[in-house]
Amino acid sequence: MAVTTSTPPQRGADPQAPADAGAAVRAASTGRVASRVFAGLSTGAGVLILVTLAAVAVFLVMEAWPALTASSEDLEAISWFNASSVAAYVGPLVFGTLLASVLALLLAVPVSIGIALFISHYAPRRLAQGLGYLIDLLAAIPSVVYGLWGALWLIGQLDPVFTWLSSTLGFVPLFEGYQAPAKNVLSASVVLAVMILPIITAVSREVFLQTPRLHEEASLALGATRWEMVRMAVLPFGRSGVISAAMLGLGRALGETMAVLMVISPGFLYSFFLLKPGQHQTIAANIASKFPESSGLSVSALIATGLALFVVTFAVNFAARWIIARRAEFSGAN
Amino acid sequence: MKLTPHKRFGAVALTGVLALALAACSSTSSAEPGETSGAGGGSAAELSGSLAGAGASSQEKAVAGWIAGFNDTYPDVAVSYDAAGSGGGREQFLSGGVQFAGSDAALKPEEIEKATERCFGGEALELPLYISPIAVVYNLPDLDTEHLQLSAATIAKIFNREITTWDDPAIAAENPDVTLPSTGIIPVNRNDESGTTENFTEYLAAASDGAWPHEASGDWPLSGGQSGKGTQGMIDTVSGAEGAIGYADASRAGDLGTVALKVGDEYVPFSAEAAAKVVDASPAAADATDKRLVVELDRTTTEKGAYPLVLVSYSIACSTYDSESDANNVKAYLSYVASPEGQERAADPSVAGSAPISDDLRTKVQAAIDAITVAS
Amino acid sequence: MTADVAPAGLLADATYRRLPSWAPWGFAGGALVLAFLVLLVAGTPGVPGVVALGAALYVLSLSITSRVVEGPRRAADRLATTLVTGSFLLALIPLVSLLLLVLTRGSTSFSWSFLTTDMVGIFGDMTDGGIRHAVVGTLMVTLAAAVISVPIGLLTAIYLVEYGRGPLARAITFLVDVMTGIPSIVAGLFAFALFTLVFGPAYRAGVMGAVALALLMTPVVIRSVEEMLRLVPNELREASYALGVPKWLTIVKVVLRTAAAGIVTGVMLAVARVIGETAPLLLTVGLVTQVNWDLFDGRMATLPVFAYRQYEQGGTGIDRAWAAALTLILIVMLLNLVARLVSRWFAPKGAR
Repeated sequence: MAVTTSTPPQRGADPQAPADAGAAVRAASTGRVASRVFAGLSTGAGVLILVTLAAVAVFLVMEAWPALTASSEDLEAISWFNASSVAAYVGPLVFGTLLASVLALLLAVPVSIGIALFISHYAPRRLAQGLGYLIDLLAAIPSVVYGLWGALWLIGQLDPVFTWLSSTLGFVPLFEGYQAPAKNVLSASVVLAVMILPIITAVSREVFLQTPRLHEEASLALGATRWEMVRMAVLPFGRSGVISAAMLGLGRALGETMAVLMVISPGFLYSFFLLKPGQHQTIAANIASKFPESSGLSVSALIATGLALFVVTFAVNFAARWIIARRAEFSGAN
Repeated sequence: MKLTPHKRFGAVALTGVLALALAACSSTSSAEPGETSGAGGGSAAELSGSLAGAGASSQEKAVAGWIAGFNDTYPDVAVSYDAAGSGGGREQFLSGGVQFAGSDAALKPEEIEKATERCFGGEALELPLYISPIAVVYNLPDLDTEHLQLSAATIAKIFNREITTWDDPAIAAENPDVTLPSTGIIPVNRNDESGTTENFTEYLAAASDGAWPHEASGDWPLSGGQSGKGTQGMIDTVSGAEGAIGYADASRAGDLGTVALKVGDEYVPFSAEAAAKVVDASPAAADATDKRLVVELDRTTTEKGAYPLVLVSYSIACSTYDSESDANNVKAYLSYVASPEGQERAADPSVAGSAPISDDLRTKVQAAIDAITVAS
Repeated sequence: MTADVAPAGLLADATYRRLPSWAPWGFAGGALVLAFLVLLVAGTPGVPGVVALGAALYVLSLSITSRVVEGPRRAADRLATTLVTGSFLLALIPLVSLLLLVLTRGSTSFSWSFLTTDMVGIFGDMTDGGIRHAVVGTLMVTLAAAVISVPIGLLTAIYLVEYGRGPLARAITFLVDVMTGIPSIVAGLFAFALFTLVFGPAYRAGVMGAVALALLMTPVVIRSVEEMLRLVPNELREASYALGVPKWLTIVKVVLRTAAAGIVTGVMLAVARVIGETAPLLLTVGLVTQVNWDLFDGRMATLPVFAYRQYEQGGTGIDRAWAAALTLILIVMLLNLVARLVSRWFAPKGAR
């Protein structure tokens, strides 16, 4: 820092008393370097984010490369590898991942909006605050706990429901052929839905609470019922927030590992039989299931599927941002 | 913790190694070649250091018991076992990362070659020290029999989804005295790669007279059915639905019914003795030596009272180590594992419920262990 | 929130009539009794069946009555109230059952000695053993993750709020969003790929898990810090500049200090978010039976992985798995609680 004293005095030092001038000059000039260093550091940290993301992609590709370029004979030598190329292997997994996540989203979003509305506009105020804390806490419950709960409790509870569903709605192919125990993709989706419920609820609630009070009161003053007020003032205001909350939940569900791993009977098919076991598997659960006992080429094949998951979540996020940006433009125009 | 003891060991280890060297010399000179003593070399207080192993998760519970028993005698040896899977264990062993490995499958020819290098010019030891019967388990709580009797061909058809109800004539013919329910059969398989699946499919392929059209493999050949991850996942799934049938380490069968397998003209339920018997009745593999005691399990045996559906998991070690302490630790540990005490401990149903090896096999194993030396 | 006042406009309506305030409760009770009776005739009534049928009857009867008596708008309002409350109650079922299950199953083997012993020498059906090694491992790995991610997150947030203009800032904002969506298992694979490329395929250490968790934690830290920094009023910054304080000092002494409570809260919540991550640790850190104090060498036990592997072991392991899950939830709750207290105690005075 001593070197910096040679820099010319700057304007910041002018108002100082003459006796203090030297010290002030020093302080100001060190301050300038410090400013530069500080700006550099924080810019560096920002750039580091770019570098890190690039590194994630690069390292995954590097490690996946042997599998991506391996001959089909080499790949088939891996005992669990049931396809001739990585792309053919990962296809059903991507399908299973999307199916489970989208189902979870369909289950969770309406309920979440309901809970968020209940907390923000229906429940008594004191109760609402406690419930808010509860939801935040549930959002932080570790996924392995949800997995334990799903595997050891939920499957048993879902059995009669699925039996009923399969016997009354079994003519719809979707619900055909239920086989106990309930280790199918719908069970996994229910667990995922319960997991993402608190996240979607927490974000939606925040948005609903930010509805301008004047809008709400205006609509009530015009004679609207509470539901009409919610429909006309709260929901339009919160729409983009709810969409981004849902996308956040979808991202969570796509990457969730343990809950699926512990609940589902996996299979590698493109199938819409939601209640049949052994039809679907998600990428993340497949990796966690096979990784600990893998070595060599099979590790690289699994990393290649991880790369596919990375791409899928990237695409979903990208789409979500795009939708939100478009929505924002629309609401801005209004 | 990891660092400080190492530093502290420095001084102790040096004196320890000297003492060990002396002890090893004296013990090899005085012990009879075929003697099956519990300790491999040196007395308890003189062994120290760490001994790392990795490999098959099938052995994990037994190894936990062995480590605890071993530490009763040799409290200063820190033994660890990483259940990284058979393949992972062999790989870590061959790369020198661990001193011993557990594996459900024998070393492959190219691995045997690599082992020479890893073992400082010596040879790999493959010792069948963990023999575990695999039970075919079913969930039929109201069945009025202790063991359902099934032949390998019937089991193969059940798992191949050709027999779909419990009152199928094929099952009824083998169980004339049992009233069978009309419940649908839910076959359950393991969905992770496992030695249990490998041995089960190998048994079906060998003993079912062609009723099992698939090859033996550690990964289940059929898709689209109920499955569980790991032994616990299997047991949970079978327990979760009436009419389910699966296969699992016999010690974990719990309240589930277990099948008596058709061997020759009679039906044999699993038991430790019956499992050990089939190992004794089986010939050695073609490339086995007196160091690599690999067994070619005879799945089609007609030996009276033998239970052919067993998993044999090998303990793999080196015949030569470059350090005195590794050699002595491995020797002492494997000797304990092979000893009647060690085998009994693993056989305890609350530990691993394995089948103790026969005295005959023990003599061979102990001879191989006694030959462990230090590279000069 | 909104008082249910009868709008004057409708009061003037001659046909305006309302159901008494006890009507929903009465209908609910009636519907449940009716459902019970119907199921009693049909067979054996179970609680889920009665509740399901009762709820259907309630919605139907109240809607029809309300429509007849109060008109369609009121009926729609009542239906919405029922659905909103119903969805809340529906969501309570899994969430409450989860908490109850963890509490009841977890408390059977949860004790002081469970927290203070490790798993050395534990085998078979032994009910001893504990999670000291896993607690130590979890705290070390998470702390290391925080040490990596907090400075980066803090500085990036400062960059975005105080310096960031133009395409670089926009790119970073976008990528932070993308980073938020990185699945935890991919983070684990990244850490695995990074370290095994450098140190060889057999390398396993706590720091691998820390890097994976840091990757997951950083965007959360950035987001929450960014939000807090944006809340700092611009007048404070301008006042500081006017006094001749350089920008960096303004940020450190004024902006960060004002936002300190919020930042601490945000960091704690981020820690709570990653402390329960299982998948990345399963791939990188593995599990051992004793405490490993060395973050850079060898496998470590962590609570989530311990819980999962104990579940896989079955038998007495399942009790340990629940107890470990309970411990994990308690730690998460504690972090949440501390975060709230911090934000309450250290909130800048007179901010409101």
